[in-house]
Amino acid sequence: MAKPADVNDSEWDREVLKSELPVLVDFWAPWCGPCRMVAPIVEELADEFSGKVAFYKLNTDDNVDTASKYGIRSIPTLLVFKDGQIVDQLIGFRPKSDLKRSLEKALS
Amino acid sequence: MTEARENQREYDIVIIGGGPAGLAAGLYAARGRHRTLLIERGVIGGQISLTELVENYPGVPTINGFDLAQTMLKQSESYGMETEYSAVAGIEKAGAKWLVKTEPGDMLAKAVIVTSGAEYNRLGIPGEERLTGKGVSYCATCDAAFFKEQDVAVVGGGDAAMDEGLFTTRYADRVTVIHRREELRASAILQDRAFANPKMQFKWNTVVEEVLGDREVTGVRVRDVVTGQRSEIPLAALFIFIGQHPNTDFLKGLVRMDAGGHAIVDEWMRTDQPGLFAAGDVRQNSARQVASSVGDGVTAAIAADHYITDKFSEQPAAALATANRQP
Repeated sequence: MAKPADVNDSEWDREVLKSELPVLVDFWAPWCGPCRMVAPIVEELADEFSGKVAFYKLNTDDNVDTASKYGIRSIPTLLVFKDGQIVDQLIGFRPKSDLKRSLEKALS
Repeated sequence: MTEARENQREYDIVIIGGGPAGLAAGLYAARGRHRTLLIERGVIGGQISLTELVENYPGVPTINGFDLAQTMLKQSESYGMETEYSAVAGIEKAGAKWLVKTEPGDMLAKAVIVTSGAEYNRLGIPGEERLTGKGVSYCATCDAAFFKEQDVAVVGGGDAAMDEGLFTTRYADRVTVIHRREELRASAILQDRAFANPKMQFKWNTVVEEVLGDREVTGVRVRDVVTGQRSEIPLAALFIFIGQHPNTDFLKGLVRMDAGGHAIVDEWMRTDQPGLFAAGDVRQNSARQVASSVGDGVTAAIAADHYITDKFSEQPAAALATANRQP
Protein backbone atom coordinates (compact mmCIF):
# COMPACT_ATOMS: atom_id res chain seq x y z
CA MET A 1 0.00 0.00 0.00
CA ALA A 2 1.33 3.42 -1.01
CA LYS A 3 1.58 5.45 2.17
CA PRO A 4 1.90 9.23 2.26
CA ALA A 5 5.54 10.11 3.03
CA ASP A 6 6.50 12.59 5.74
CA VAL A 7 7.79 15.88 4.42
CA ASN A 8 9.58 18.55 6.46
CA ASP A 9 10.47 22.23 6.11
CA SER A 10 13.81 21.58 4.41
CA GLU A 11 12.43 19.09 1.87
CA TRP A 12 9.35 21.17 1.08
CA ASP A 13 10.56 22.98 -2.07
CA ARG A 14 12.10 19.90 -3.63
CA GLU A 15 9.33 17.40 -2.85
CA VAL A 16 6.20 19.52 -3.08
CA LEU A 17 6.77 22.68 -5.09
CA LYS A 18 8.99 21.08 -7.76
CA SER A 19 6.98 17.86 -8.04
CA GLU A 20 6.04 16.85 -11.57
CA LEU A 21 2.85 15.23 -10.30
CA PRO A 22 0.08 17.10 -8.50
CA VAL A 23 0.66 16.87 -4.75
CA LEU A 24 -1.68 16.49 -1.79
CA VAL A 25 -0.26 17.53 1.59
CA ASP A 26 -1.99 16.56 4.81
CA PHE A 27 -1.16 19.10 7.57
CA TRP A 28 -1.60 17.30 10.87
CA ALA A 29 -0.40 17.01 14.48
CA PRO A 30 -0.40 14.08 16.90
CA TRP A 31 -2.82 15.77 19.34
CA CYS A 32 -5.52 16.42 16.74
CA GLY A 33 -8.42 13.93 16.85
CA PRO A 34 -9.96 14.70 13.45
CA CYS A 35 -6.47 14.40 11.89
CA ARG A 36 -6.35 10.78 13.05
CA MET A 37 -9.65 10.26 11.26
CA VAL A 38 -8.48 11.85 7.99
CA ALA A 39 -5.21 9.87 7.88
CA PRO A 40 -6.71 6.50 6.81
CA ILE A 41 -8.77 8.20 4.09
CA VAL A 42 -5.67 9.91 2.72
CA GLU A 43 -3.90 6.52 2.77
CA GLU A 44 -6.70 4.95 0.73
CA LEU A 45 -6.53 7.79 -1.78
CA ALA A 46 -2.72 7.44 -1.98
CA ASP A 47 -3.39 3.89 -3.13
CA GLU A 48 -6.13 4.79 -5.58
CA PHE A 49 -4.19 7.70 -7.12
CA SER A 50 -0.82 5.95 -7.01
CA GLY A 51 1.41 7.17 -9.86
CA LYS A 52 -0.92 10.08 -10.61
CA VAL A 53 -0.74 12.20 -7.45
CA ALA A 54 2.06 12.42 -4.86
CA PHE A 55 0.97 12.29 -1.21
CA TYR A 56 2.76 13.84 1.74
CA LYS A 57 2.01 14.60 5.37
CA LEU A 58 3.49 17.47 7.31
CA ASN A 59 3.60 17.55 11.10
CA THR A 60 2.73 21.15 12.01
CA ASP A 61 4.37 20.87 15.46
CA ASP A 62 7.76 20.02 13.96
CA ASN A 63 7.52 22.17 10.83
CA VAL A 64 6.28 25.53 12.00
CA ASP A 65 7.88 27.46 9.10
CA THR A 66 5.91 25.76 6.36
CA ALA A 67 2.68 25.71 8.39
CA SER A 68 2.87 29.44 9.05
CA LYS A 69 4.01 30.25 5.49
CA TYR A 70 0.73 28.79 4.24
CA GLY A 71 -1.31 30.39 7.02
CA ILE A 72 -2.41 27.07 8.53
CA ARG A 73 -4.58 27.97 11.55
CA SER A 74 -6.70 24.85 11.72
CA ILE A 75 -5.98 21.18 11.22
CA PRO A 76 -6.57 18.94 9.49
CA THR A 77 -5.95 21.09 6.43
CA LEU A 78 -5.29 19.44 3.08
CA LEU A 79 -3.61 21.47 0.36
CA VAL A 80 -3.51 20.34 -3.26
CA PHE A 81 -0.60 21.68 -5.34
CA LYS A 82 -0.07 21.68 -9.09
CA ASP A 83 3.20 23.06 -10.50
CA GLY A 84 3.98 24.60 -7.12
CA GLN A 85 0.67 26.47 -6.90
CA ILE A 86 -2.19 25.77 -4.49
CA VAL A 87 -5.18 24.61 -6.53
CA ASP A 88 -7.41 23.51 -3.66
CA GLN A 89 -7.65 23.78 0.10
CA LEU A 90 -9.79 21.56 2.33
CA ILE A 91 -10.09 22.65 5.96
CA GLY A 92 -11.43 20.32 8.65
CA PHE A 93 -12.69 16.77 8.30
CA ARG A 94 -14.22 16.08 4.89
CA PRO A 95 -15.74 12.88 3.53
CA LYS A 96 -13.65 10.85 1.10
CA SER A 97 -15.87 11.84 -1.83
CA ASP A 98 -14.91 15.53 -1.38
CA LEU A 99 -11.21 14.67 -1.37
CA LYS A 100 -11.58 12.50 -4.43
CA ARG A 101 -13.39 15.23 -6.33
CA SER A 102 -10.63 17.69 -5.48
CA LEU A 103 -7.92 15.33 -6.79
CA GLU A 104 -9.85 14.58 -9.96
CA LYS A 105 -10.18 18.30 -10.59
CA ALA A 106 -6.42 18.75 -10.09
CA LEU A 107 -5.76 16.01 -12.65
CA SER A 108 -8.12 17.34 -15.31
CA MET B 1 -27.85 12.33 -7.21
CA THR B 2 -31.33 11.01 -7.83
CA GLU B 3 -30.88 8.08 -10.20
CA ALA B 4 -32.12 4.65 -9.13
CA ARG B 5 -29.63 2.62 -7.08
CA GLU B 6 -28.82 -0.94 -7.90
CA ASN B 7 -26.75 -1.83 -4.89
CA GLN B 8 -29.41 -2.07 -2.21
CA ARG B 9 -28.39 -3.75 1.03
CA GLU B 10 -30.63 -5.26 3.71
CA TYR B 11 -30.25 -4.93 7.46
CA ASP B 12 -32.33 -5.44 10.55
CA ILE B 13 -31.29 -2.20 12.19
CA VAL B 14 -29.71 0.84 10.56
CA ILE B 15 -28.29 3.50 12.88
CA ILE B 16 -27.72 7.00 11.54
CA GLY B 17 -24.89 8.78 13.35
CA GLY B 18 -21.76 7.47 15.08
CA GLY B 19 -21.69 9.45 18.33
CA PRO B 20 -22.10 7.84 21.78
CA ALA B 21 -25.84 7.20 21.27
CA GLY B 22 -25.31 5.47 17.93
CA LEU B 23 -22.30 3.45 19.08
CA ALA B 24 -24.19 2.23 22.17
CA ALA B 25 -27.27 1.37 20.09
CA GLY B 26 -24.98 -0.52 17.69
CA LEU B 27 -23.44 -2.53 20.52
CA TYR B 28 -26.82 -3.68 21.81
CA ALA B 29 -28.29 -4.27 18.34
CA ALA B 30 -25.28 -6.33 17.23
CA ARG B 31 -25.15 -8.30 20.49
CA GLY B 32 -28.88 -9.00 19.95
CA ARG B 33 -27.81 -10.79 16.73
CA HIS B 34 -29.41 -8.19 14.51
CA ARG B 35 -27.71 -7.43 11.24
CA THR B 36 -26.66 -3.89 12.11
CA LEU B 37 -25.25 -1.01 10.08
CA LEU B 38 -24.02 2.27 11.51
CA ILE B 39 -23.76 5.19 9.07
CA GLU B 40 -21.47 8.11 9.91
CA ARG B 41 -20.97 11.12 7.63
CA GLY B 42 -17.95 12.59 9.42
CA VAL B 43 -15.93 11.60 12.45
CA ILE B 44 -16.81 8.65 14.71
CA GLY B 45 -17.64 10.01 18.15
CA GLY B 46 -19.32 13.14 16.85
CA GLN B 47 -18.95 16.00 19.29
CA ILE B 48 -16.86 13.99 21.77
CA SER B 49 -14.17 13.32 19.16
CA LEU B 50 -13.31 17.00 19.53
CA THR B 51 -13.27 16.88 23.32
CA GLU B 52 -9.85 16.88 24.93
CA LEU B 53 -10.95 15.21 28.14
CA VAL B 54 -14.15 13.42 29.10
CA GLU B 55 -14.22 13.40 32.91
CA ASN B 56 -17.86 12.60 33.64
CA TYR B 57 -18.44 9.21 32.04
CA PRO B 58 -18.95 6.90 35.03
CA GLY B 59 -16.32 4.21 35.41
CA VAL B 60 -13.79 6.07 33.28
CA PRO B 61 -12.05 8.75 35.39
CA THR B 62 -10.57 10.65 32.42
CA ILE B 63 -10.21 9.79 28.77
CA ASN B 64 -9.59 11.65 25.54
CA GLY B 65 -12.90 11.94 23.65
CA PHE B 66 -11.51 10.56 20.39
CA ASP B 67 -10.03 7.54 22.20
CA LEU B 68 -13.31 6.86 24.02
CA ALA B 69 -15.18 6.91 20.70
CA GLN B 70 -12.66 4.59 19.05
CA THR B 71 -12.95 2.15 21.96
CA MET B 72 -16.74 2.16 21.66
CA LEU B 73 -16.50 1.62 17.89
CA LYS B 74 -14.17 -1.37 18.26
CA GLN B 75 -16.43 -2.86 20.94
CA SER B 76 -19.54 -2.57 18.75
CA GLU B 77 -17.74 -3.85 15.64
CA SER B 78 -16.41 -6.83 17.57
CA TYR B 79 -20.01 -8.07 17.78
CA GLY B 80 -20.56 -7.67 14.06
CA MET B 81 -21.77 -4.11 13.64
CA GLU B 82 -20.89 -2.82 10.17
CA THR B 83 -19.87 0.79 9.56
CA GLU B 84 -20.38 2.91 6.47
CA TYR B 85 -19.00 6.43 6.02
CA SER B 86 -21.53 8.49 4.12
CA ALA B 87 -24.10 11.23 4.53
CA VAL B 88 -27.78 10.22 4.53
CA ALA B 89 -29.81 11.88 1.79
CA GLY B 90 -33.18 10.83 3.19
CA ILE B 91 -35.40 8.15 4.69
CA GLU B 92 -38.45 6.70 2.99
CA LYS B 93 -41.08 4.18 3.94
CA ALA B 94 -40.79 0.93 1.95
CA GLY B 95 -43.74 -1.26 2.86
CA ALA B 96 -43.25 -2.36 6.47
CA LYS B 97 -39.56 -1.39 6.28
CA TRP B 98 -37.52 1.78 5.88
CA LEU B 99 -35.23 2.78 3.05
CA VAL B 100 -32.20 4.83 4.07
CA LYS B 101 -30.62 6.59 1.09
CA THR B 102 -26.83 7.03 1.13
CA GLU B 103 -24.06 7.68 -1.36
CA PRO B 104 -22.92 4.02 -1.63
CA GLY B 105 -26.52 2.80 -2.05
CA ASP B 106 -29.90 2.33 -0.44
CA MET B 107 -30.07 0.49 2.87
CA LEU B 108 -33.29 -1.39 3.64
CA ALA B 109 -34.00 -1.72 7.37
CA LYS B 110 -36.66 -3.20 9.61
CA ALA B 111 -35.92 -0.46 12.15
CA VAL B 112 -33.97 2.79 12.00
CA ILE B 113 -32.40 4.51 14.99
CA VAL B 114 -31.58 8.17 14.36
CA THR B 115 -28.62 9.30 16.46
CA SER B 116 -27.40 12.09 14.20
CA GLY B 117 -26.63 14.41 17.11
CA ALA B 118 -26.25 18.13 17.06
CA GLU B 119 -23.97 20.61 15.41
CA TYR B 120 -22.51 23.84 16.75
CA ASN B 121 -24.29 27.09 15.97
CA ARG B 122 -22.60 29.79 13.98
CA LEU B 123 -22.85 33.46 14.86
CA GLY B 124 -23.90 34.38 11.32
CA ILE B 125 -21.87 37.60 11.25
CA PRO B 126 -19.69 39.16 8.52
CA GLY B 127 -16.23 37.62 8.30
CA GLU B 128 -17.14 34.46 10.18
CA GLU B 129 -17.38 32.07 7.26
CA ARG B 130 -14.64 33.72 5.20
CA LEU B 131 -12.12 33.43 8.07
CA THR B 132 -13.06 29.93 9.28
CA GLY B 133 -9.80 28.00 9.45
CA LYS B 134 -7.93 31.32 9.42
CA GLY B 135 -8.52 32.19 13.04
CA VAL B 136 -12.25 31.54 13.36
CA SER B 137 -12.65 28.12 14.96
CA TYR B 138 -15.30 25.89 16.53
CA CYS B 139 -12.73 23.51 18.04
CA ALA B 140 -10.14 24.84 20.46
CA THR B 141 -8.76 21.33 20.96
CA CYS B 142 -7.90 21.25 17.25
CA ASP B 143 -6.65 24.75 16.68
CA ALA B 144 -5.50 26.41 19.93
CA ALA B 145 -1.88 25.33 19.39
CA PHE B 146 -1.60 27.67 16.41
CA PHE B 147 -1.99 30.69 18.67
CA LYS B 148 0.97 30.36 21.03
CA GLU B 149 1.60 33.54 23.02
CA GLN B 150 -1.15 35.43 21.26
CA ASP B 151 -4.41 37.06 22.33
CA VAL B 152 -7.56 35.13 21.49
CA ALA B 153 -11.25 35.21 22.46
CA VAL B 154 -13.95 32.70 23.19
CA VAL B 155 -17.60 33.53 22.50
CA GLY B 156 -20.20 31.97 24.81
CA GLY B 157 -20.91 31.37 28.48
CA GLY B 158 -21.70 27.66 28.73
CA ASP B 159 -19.70 24.57 29.61
CA ALA B 160 -18.20 24.23 26.14
CA ALA B 161 -17.01 27.84 26.12
CA MET B 162 -15.31 27.48 29.54
CA ASP B 163 -13.84 24.07 28.78
CA GLU B 164 -12.36 25.16 25.48
CA GLY B 165 -11.31 28.55 26.86
CA LEU B 166 -9.40 26.85 29.66
CA PHE B 167 -7.75 24.51 27.17
CA THR B 168 -6.72 27.48 25.04
CA THR B 169 -4.87 29.09 27.99
CA ARG B 170 -2.21 26.38 27.58
CA TYR B 171 -1.09 28.18 24.44
CA ALA B 172 -2.46 31.72 24.28
CA ASP B 173 -1.23 34.60 26.46
CA ARG B 174 -4.70 35.93 27.05
CA VAL B 175 -8.14 34.43 26.51
CA THR B 176 -11.05 36.88 26.59
CA VAL B 177 -14.46 35.35 27.14
CA ILE B 178 -17.04 37.45 25.28
CA HIS B 179 -20.51 36.81 26.65
CA ARG B 180 -23.80 38.53 25.87
CA ARG B 181 -25.05 38.28 29.46
CA GLU B 182 -23.50 39.33 32.77
CA GLU B 183 -23.17 35.86 34.20
CA LEU B 184 -22.09 32.47 32.96
CA ARG B 185 -24.35 29.51 32.30
CA ALA B 186 -21.48 27.03 32.75
CA SER B 187 -21.44 24.52 35.62
CA ALA B 188 -20.02 25.74 38.94
CA ILE B 189 -16.83 23.68 38.74
CA LEU B 190 -15.93 25.09 35.32
CA GLN B 191 -16.79 28.64 36.40
CA ASP B 192 -14.46 28.28 39.41
CA ARG B 193 -11.63 27.07 37.20
CA ALA B 194 -12.21 29.85 34.67
CA PHE B 195 -12.30 32.65 37.25
CA ALA B 196 -9.18 31.27 38.96
CA ASN B 197 -7.16 31.20 35.72
CA PRO B 198 -5.03 34.35 35.42
CA LYS B 199 -5.04 34.16 31.62
CA MET B 200 -8.84 34.29 31.40
CA GLN B 201 -10.58 37.66 31.11
CA PHE B 202 -14.28 38.39 30.81
CA LYS B 203 -16.15 40.86 28.68
CA TRP B 204 -19.76 40.86 29.85
CA ASN B 205 -22.93 42.05 28.09
CA THR B 206 -21.08 42.06 24.80
CA VAL B 207 -21.91 40.66 21.37
CA VAL B 208 -19.56 40.16 18.43
CA GLU B 209 -20.78 41.93 15.30
CA GLU B 210 -17.98 41.30 12.83
CA VAL B 211 -14.78 39.31 12.49
CA LEU B 212 -12.02 41.52 11.12
CA GLY B 213 -9.08 40.54 8.98
CA ASP B 214 -8.09 40.21 5.36
CA ARG B 215 -6.33 36.85 5.03
CA GLU B 216 -6.46 35.94 8.72
CA VAL B 217 -8.23 37.13 11.84
CA THR B 218 -6.83 40.39 13.22
CA GLY B 219 -9.66 41.30 15.58
CA VAL B 220 -13.37 41.60 16.18
CA ARG B 221 -15.87 44.44 16.29
CA VAL B 222 -18.06 44.16 19.39
CA ARG B 223 -21.04 46.00 20.85
CA ASP B 224 -21.87 46.51 24.51
CA VAL B 225 -25.57 45.58 24.71
CA VAL B 226 -26.16 47.85 27.73
CA THR B 227 -24.50 51.07 26.52
CA GLY B 228 -24.76 50.34 22.79
CA GLN B 229 -21.12 51.37 22.42
CA ARG B 230 -19.05 49.69 19.69
CA SER B 231 -15.35 48.93 19.91
CA GLU B 232 -12.67 46.77 18.32
CA ILE B 233 -10.58 44.14 20.08
CA PRO B 234 -7.35 43.02 18.38
CA LEU B 235 -7.19 39.20 18.36
CA ALA B 236 -5.49 36.37 16.51
CA ALA B 237 -8.36 33.93 16.91
CA LEU B 238 -12.04 33.70 17.77
CA PHE B 239 -13.34 30.42 19.18
CA ILE B 240 -17.13 30.18 18.96
CA PHE B 241 -19.20 28.05 21.38
CA ILE B 242 -22.78 29.34 21.37
CA GLY B 243 -24.86 26.21 21.58
CA GLN B 244 -26.00 23.75 18.99
CA HIS B 245 -28.89 22.60 16.83
CA PRO B 246 -30.03 19.03 16.10
CA ASN B 247 -29.11 17.43 12.75
CA THR B 248 -32.65 16.56 11.71
CA ASP B 249 -33.03 18.20 8.30
CA PHE B 250 -33.43 14.80 6.64
CA LEU B 251 -36.34 13.97 9.02
CA LYS B 252 -38.38 17.11 8.31
CA GLY B 253 -41.98 16.27 7.49
CA LEU B 254 -41.42 12.64 8.41
CA VAL B 255 -41.55 12.62 12.22
CA ARG B 256 -43.07 14.95 14.78
CA MET B 257 -40.60 17.57 15.99
CA ASP B 258 -40.53 20.46 18.43
CA ALA B 259 -39.90 24.07 17.38
CA GLY B 260 -36.15 23.57 17.77
CA GLY B 261 -36.12 20.65 15.31
CA HIS B 262 -35.70 17.92 17.96
CA ALA B 263 -37.54 14.66 17.32
CA ILE B 264 -40.33 14.06 19.82
CA VAL B 265 -40.04 10.56 21.32
CA ASP B 266 -41.63 8.55 24.11
CA GLU B 267 -39.73 6.88 26.97
CA TRP B 268 -38.69 4.06 24.58
CA MET B 269 -37.19 6.57 22.13
CA ARG B 270 -40.02 5.85 19.68
CA THR B 271 -40.97 8.62 17.26
CA ASP B 272 -44.53 8.78 15.95
CA GLN B 273 -43.43 6.59 13.01
CA PRO B 274 -43.42 2.83 13.75
CA GLY B 275 -39.90 1.41 13.46
CA LEU B 276 -38.25 4.83 13.57
CA PHE B 277 -36.43 5.69 16.79
CA ALA B 278 -34.43 8.77 17.85
CA ALA B 279 -31.84 8.88 20.63
CA GLY B 280 -29.28 11.29 22.09
CA ASP B 281 -28.97 14.98 21.20
CA VAL B 282 -31.48 14.75 18.32
CA ARG B 283 -34.39 14.08 20.62
CA GLN B 284 -36.41 16.53 22.64
CA ASN B 285 -35.30 17.07 26.26
CA SER B 286 -31.97 15.29 25.89
CA ALA B 287 -29.62 15.87 28.83
CA ARG B 288 -26.84 16.15 26.20
CA GLN B 289 -24.24 14.13 28.08
CA VAL B 290 -22.14 11.19 26.89
CA ALA B 291 -23.68 9.01 29.59
CA SER B 292 -27.28 10.02 28.88
CA SER B 293 -26.77 9.56 25.13
CA VAL B 294 -25.37 6.10 25.73
CA GLY B 295 -28.46 5.32 27.84
CA ASP B 296 -30.74 6.64 25.09
CA GLY B 297 -28.99 4.52 22.47
CA VAL B 298 -29.31 1.38 24.57
CA THR B 299 -33.02 2.07 25.21
CA ALA B 300 -33.65 2.62 21.50
CA ALA B 301 -31.84 -0.60 20.55
CA ILE B 302 -33.88 -2.63 23.03
CA ALA B 303 -37.10 -1.01 21.81
CA ALA B 304 -36.08 -1.69 18.19
CA ASP B 305 -35.40 -5.32 19.10
CA HIS B 306 -38.91 -5.66 20.59
CA TYR B 307 -40.42 -3.91 17.60
CA ILE B 308 -38.69 -6.21 15.09
CA THR B 309 -39.70 -9.31 17.05
CA ASP B 310 -43.33 -8.19 17.25
CA LYS B 311 -43.63 -7.08 13.68
CA PHE B 312 -41.40 -9.40 11.68
CA SER B 313 -41.27 -12.78 13.44
CA GLU B 314 -43.81 -15.50 14.04
CA GLN B 315 -42.69 -15.88 17.61
CA PRO B 316 -44.45 -13.54 20.09
CA ALA B 317 -42.13 -10.98 21.64
CA ALA B 318 -43.09 -11.83 25.21
CA ALA B 319 -42.07 -15.46 24.77
CA LEU B 320 -38.78 -14.46 23.16
CA ALA B 321 -37.97 -11.93 25.85
CA THR B 322 -38.52 -14.61 28.50
CA ALA B 323 -36.36 -17.06 26.57
CA ASN B 324 -33.59 -14.49 26.36
CA ARG B 325 -33.60 -14.00 30.09
CA GLN B 326 -32.58 -17.62 30.72
CA PRO B 327 -28.95 -17.79 31.81
